[in-house]
Amino acid sequence: MGLTVPGRASDSYVVEDRQRSVFRVDRRVFVDREVLEREQRLIFDRCWLYLAHDSEIPNPGDYLTRKVGGRELIFARGTDGTARAFFNTCPHRGAMVCREAQGNGKMFRCMYHSWAFDLTGKLVARPEAERYSDNIEEGLHDLVPVALVDDYRGLFFVNYAANAIDLSSYLAGAKEYIDLTLDQSEAGMEIVGGVQEYGFEANWKLLAENSCDGYHGLPTHATYFDYLMAADGQLGNLQTKRNEPRDLGNGHAVIEYGAPWGRPVAKPVAAWGEAGAADTAAIHARLADRFGSERADRIAYNNFNMVIFPNFVLNNIMAITFRTFFPDSPGKQQVKAWALAPEEESREMRERRLYNFLEFLGPGGFATPDDCEALRLCQLGYQNLAAAGWNDISKGMGQNEQITTDEEQMRIFWREWDRRMSGCDDER
Amino acid sequence: MLVTRAEVEDFLFEEAALLDAWRLDDWLELFAEGACYRVPPAGSPDEVDPATTLFYVADDYFRLTERVKRLNKPTAHVEFPKSRCRHLVSNVRIVSSTEDGLRVTSNYVTYRTKGGRTETYLGHHIYDLCLVHGLLRIRNKTSFLDTDNLNEQGKVSIIV
Repeated sequence: MGLTVPGRASDSYVVEDRQRSVFRVDRRVFVDREVLEREQRLIFDRCWLYLAHDSEIPNPGDYLTRKVGGRELIFARGTDGTARAFFNTCPHRGAMVCREAQGNGKMFRCMYHSWAFDLTGKLVARPEAERYSDNIEEGLHDLVPVALVDDYRGLFFVNYAANAIDLSSYLAGAKEYIDLTLDQSEAGMEIVGGVQEYGFEANWKLLAENSCDGYHGLPTHATYFDYLMAADGQLGNLQTKRNEPRDLGNGHAVIEYGAPWGRPVAKPVAAWGEAGAADTAAIHARLADRFGSERADRIAYNNFNMVIFPNFVLNNIMAITFRTFFPDSPGKQQVKAWALAPEEESREMRERRLYNFLEFLGPGGFATPDDCEALRLCQLGYQNLAAAGWNDISKGMGQNEQITTDEEQMRIFWREWDRRMSGCDDER
Repeated sequence: MLVTRAEVEDFLFEEAALLDAWRLDDWLELFAEGACYRVPPAGSPDEVDPATTLFYVADDYFRLTERVKRLNKPTAHVEFPKSRCRHLVSNVRIVSSTEDGLRVTSNYVTYRTKGGRTETYLGHHIYDLCLVHGLLRIRNKTSFLDTDNLNEQGKVSIIV
């Protein structure tokens, strides 16, 4: 199986030996520029990539700019309420048209020659317009739209391949976990102001692995669990027995489990006091009214880390985070992370949520910086790949049941990565 | 409050020296009980609120104490072995003064060096200072970042 590696005894970057229960990944996939170029062509140019959440451009005229899969995009909501995505480049000479991170307006004006485009991307004005022929074909001077833009319950994704399968089919089983996250709100979920933007000195696939790696939790994040113990006086209140990885199709995978930390939806910790316990009890009761007690418990108590192939992470843990990451080079990536919250949440609950987020997540949290260090060390270690050439992802293979501290969820990622890098696709 | 800029500068330079030396327990002593330490997202306005905006760091006094404990452990992997830090503080101004406190701003450049790389943090601090038993103490410290993002630094694993 897999992509041929010239001059190697093994002919694949990803080797799965089910008989011996060994799963290995060639470390060259983390350092070779030609692998990255192939990933751009066969993965980032062909998969659905997360763009933004509906709540980031709520009103007509709202827009944002964002780099997604190596492309600079404008995402704008028209006066008709429709959200559209364009390449942020003038059809005239190519200058980036919109220079602001976000805003509201009626049109985008390129500063170079003052061509102006409306919220649908159509050219509406330019100086000396009479000097252009009437015979120029319709649309030639409009902003170029992204081939496919679609959303699932307010999560907008783009696809640069016009013949890709539809978003709903692509997301497959991942929709169940998006639903579990979004169903905790009746009014709708929103991105909380502020994005965390940071870099990792490591290949992007290492963060895909790390984002759903249950095995590293205790050793890498020992100081976080020390903190939890100091804050809450316990590490045993899990509220659920669930502990499993699941294959969600199309390379998407999730681990679902109980954990000792508090969950802003409806699992209080001591620090929230009686008020916090009462608030979460009310939220839980309302969830039970809407969904029955079993699903209410799952929404309230069950943590999950989900990777939607290739690079969208939805972690519903001590807070909810969306995370995307794109390579700058084989050994460097840029990460964007947001916090998601119910629109109707009280100020107190919102405060607890963001406080919880920062106890673990992000560049200043008590955990993510140590992931940063772990991934940096991996990338440095790959300098030895001529002598030590393989990563091992075998944990749990050959066992009757898979648990979240096994590595099946990563094997799911790698099988899809290997399939796509071998040239397989899922065009319509 | 009758405190001169020179006295404030001495206090802030002493804070920088403690951070450069990784004397975090002593550094924590500079904070009044109940103090907060915050790093908001880059480009934030001065009045940004951690109850409604996602920060990088938003510690109350409990978590600030825990942050110091964490950074003192070898299991704070990102800072083991410890990075070398150099905190430069300038443009110190007392922007307002009341009976029980001062608001002070300063510009900063902090270098963090580890593993052959030097990362740069730059921006401005806003301090609320007070006197506790006649000694200057920090009631709040907020460190604003000028860089658009942390793509080069990756983390805020040190006290900037």
